[in-house]
Amino acid sequence: MHIGVFVCHCGSNISGTVDCPQTAKAAGEFPDVVYSTDEMYTCSEPGQESIIRAIKEHNLDGVVVASCSPRMHEATFRRTVERAGLNPYMFEMANIREHVSWVGRDKALNTRKAIDLIGMAVAKLRNGTPLFSERFNVTRKLMVIGGGVAGIQAALDAADSGIEVVLVERETTIGGKMAKLDKTFPTIDCSSCVLGPKMVEVAQHPKITLYAASEVDNVSGYVGNFTVQVRKRAVYVDWDACTGCGLCTEKCPSRKTPDPFNELIATTTAINIPFPQAIPKKATINPDYCLQLTKGKCGVCAKVCPVGCIDFEQQDKIEEVQVGAIVVATGYDLFDYSVYKQYGAGKLPDVITSLQYERLLNASGPTGGHVLRPSDGAEPKHVVFIQCVGSRDKSKGRAYCSSFCCMYTAKQAILTKSHLPDSQSYVFYMDIRSPGKGYDEFTRRTQELYGAQYIRGRVSSIHQHGSSLVVRGADTLAGMQVEIKADLVVLAVGIEPSRNSQKLAATLHISADTDGFFMEGHPKLKPVETNTAGVFLAGCCQGPRDIPTSVSMGSAAAAKAMVLFSNEQLESDPQVATVNATRCVGCYKCVKTCPFGAILESEDRWKNPKAEVLPTICKGCGICSVTCPHGAIQLNHFTDNQLLAEVNAICPLPTI
Amino acid sequence: MPPSNDLKDGGELRIIGFLCNWCSYSGADAAGVARLEQPTDLRIIRTPCTGRIDPLFILRALINGADGVLVSGCHPGDCHYVEGNFHARRRLETLKRILPISGIDPERFKYTWVSASESGRWQETVREFTAKIHALGPAPRMTDVVSRSKDLSLEGLLLQDENGGA
Ligand SMILES: Cc1cc2nc3c(=O)[nH]c(=O)nc-3n(C[C@H](O)[C@H](O)[C@H](O)COP(=O)(O)OP(=O)(O)OC[C@H]3O[C@@H](n4cnc5c(N)ncnc54)[C@H](O)[C@@H]3O)c2cc1C
Ligand code: SF4
Ligand code: SF4
Repeated sequence: MHIGVFVCHCGSNISGTVDCPQTAKAAGEFPDVVYSTDEMYTCSEPGQESIIRAIKEHNLDGVVVASCSPRMHEATFRRTVERAGLNPYMFEMANIREHVSWVGRDKALNTRKAIDLIGMAVAKLRNGTPLFSERFNVTRKLMVIGGGVAGIQAALDAADSGIEVVLVERETTIGGKMAKLDKTFPTIDCSSCVLGPKMVEVAQHPKITLYAASEVDNVSGYVGNFTVQVRKRAVYVDWDACTGCGLCTEKCPSRKTPDPFNELIATTTAINIPFPQAIPKKATINPDYCLQLTKGKCGVCAKVCPVGCIDFEQQDKIEEVQVGAIVVATGYDLFDYSVYKQYGAGKLPDVITSLQYERLLNASGPTGGHVLRPSDGAEPKHVVFIQCVGSRDKSKGRAYCSSFCCMYTAKQAILTKSHLPDSQSYVFYMDIRSPGKGYDEFTRRTQELYGAQYIRGRVSSIHQHGSSLVVRGADTLAGMQVEIKADLVVLAVGIEPSRNSQKLAATLHISADTDGFFMEGHPKLKPVETNTAGVFLAGCCQGPRDIPTSVSMGSAAAAKAMVLFSNEQLESDPQVATVNATRCVGCYKCVKTCPFGAILESEDRWKNPKAEVLPTICKGCGICSVTCPHGAIQLNHFTDNQLLAEVNAICPLPTI
Repeated sequence: MPPSNDLKDGGELRIIGFLCNWCSYSGADAAGVARLEQPTDLRIIRTPCTGRIDPLFILRALINGADGVLVSGCHPGDCHYVEGNFHARRRLETLKRILPISGIDPERFKYTWVSASESGRWQETVREFTAKIHALGPAPRMTDVVSRSKDLSLEGLLLQDENGGA
């Protein structure tokens, strides 16, 4: 073989703590290495050109680049060597940045480690073989999971480009949190005036199929060809027939049904439509509160429904959908703040969450937009806002900032003043975080124009005193204790990944970070991708972010799906298992171990039992390789010989 | 002979890591991005999944003279390939029991789980394991072991087989 080695300085990222010229020189002594050099930026245009030039000049049939992590640039360099006519799999990387220069301080030791890693890469390459992709067809259909503003944006963008979209929403309406908000920062424009038309568009778009009250049960397949099982929950109403007239909700006698759309500060009827602008605008029965379903006597809705669409016998239905890509946009939930005993642990009626307050402010909310406190329906005069409840608090396992609470608290203080001109708002904060266009001006306006008093410090206790609440806390800027008599306290509760996110991550084979938010493919360069090809992220499921950023991410995720669908066919990853038929004895151990059912019990021409791998289904884990007692099934690019060659490169077989 | 095979003169020992691509290799990358300083002894081999790691690779490394072998993958339940790490755990537990039979101190081998976001945990893992191997000191010369394993007819397993390339 003729191998070329390229050692990257990465500016000073690598060369700062690795002697790159010496490394390149040492690499030249490894077997089959005919050319080695060091480059300032190997991934740059001139860097890549010099690889191509060297391949041609030195007739190279294998290339090793020692630079950053292969998770960063393996794809880049594979394309480079391919441009020079090499098979892209005759390429290896030595990770001398993330695993060497950035974690070791001693230059001599780092240099030796870098040389070792190159030696391992060379050894692996010498045992490599060219690999070839297969082409396969793509199902040009996108699934979006979660119909908040991020998911809606992704669905509309993709559908507008002509792609079929299936939108799966767990609740009985799309809209997510934004549908509950009154007005939005920093423009104070009405949330439903912005979101409403988009929701209607989803309902009317010929390319969008909406599955509300539905969840994803199972996903199989691979990029371009996923098979998704969607569970349509029983809603006890035939939605195809329901016109959303609402007669049933007027007559339903079960009026004490908790109303999650109103964040449980109001009740609704057992058969209900969450709000007038709901999409789809269809009635749903809550089986836990329906008298017919719990006690077997009532059936009023069935009697009044003019189209006869009530169906008390309805069951969950599983539907199978074929899609080529999936956008996950499952958003967030509020943290359960009852762990904070100092804030009343959820037991004081006039201590409410920020989202409950949005419902009180909202003209279509339970109070018709009049700010009336829950305990006695009185108008509050003194309103205290407490920020960072379950954010930036390590002791509660919530070290991260929920990002938008500073801004919506300022908004809610402004709205309080416009609803109740005689009121006074107080905001306890840790820091005011308002980066964003017009955001800092907004929080200043809250204080300067709307007179909200900002107090930097934490609240240590809230207790009931007669009909008001006494809020005690520290003002760390003034260096003193403060006590405020409040009529209403609003907690800016931090956010966490939407419930059951962990299960969804497992279903989709994507990862989550330590806080449970889904992990992006790369923190900078792949913000909407995941580690699973064909699965993209949008909105708060990846981390806390406000509406403008959620919308941008929705568009970005749709664009990524569109790029995927712009190909008639996709190329399969050839790093899959292959069976050496002469070694295979047909024990089918591998068939039983493969988690993806990628191996068939097949036979050869002479009817001898042999294993056969379906390359499009194989995910390339290599579990089968270790199972096979005969080494007959090998994972391409990670064969026994390649991995053992790496071992031998560091620890050569002792001579006996 | 390449210049770098004799590690001992820098006070370093030979530690080989087998890491799955999706969790621990990414976690090690994340530790690099966060500049979490670690001892330099470890050399990492990337595999798609811990389920790809044949215990014989580890045995080979130790018999060839590695002073320590560290395996790390996704936490149980988080495997990118659903169940690869369960297979790995079973195989590696068996390996642990075989090591003493082969005359190898089982303390020289460790497997653990580090996710892609646990850069701090990776740093700790490398520091602790390296310190432990340094406390054990360089592995005894393995030539004895090789001849003994010949008696146990393990030889076939230990020598590189020629069928790998498929
Ligand atoms: C009190 C408050 C006020 C706010 N005010 C503002 C503001 O003024 N301006 C601003 O820019 N931002 C504001 N925000 C932030 C805003 O709510 C978010 O940025 C935005 O809602 C994020 O949208 P999303 O689509 O990512 O998530 P979500 O709105 O949470 O939507 C997620 C959707 O996915 C669905 N879902 C979840 N899990 C599943 C599943 N497994 N299967 C199917 N569907 C699922 C949910 O039912 C939901 O419909 C505020 C937040 C709060 C708490
Ligand atoms: S385990 Fe090996 S020998 Fe058995 S069927 Fe699979 S490939 Fe063939
Ligand atoms: S590598 Fe083997 S076990 Fe893994 S998916 Fe492919 S055939 Fe199945």
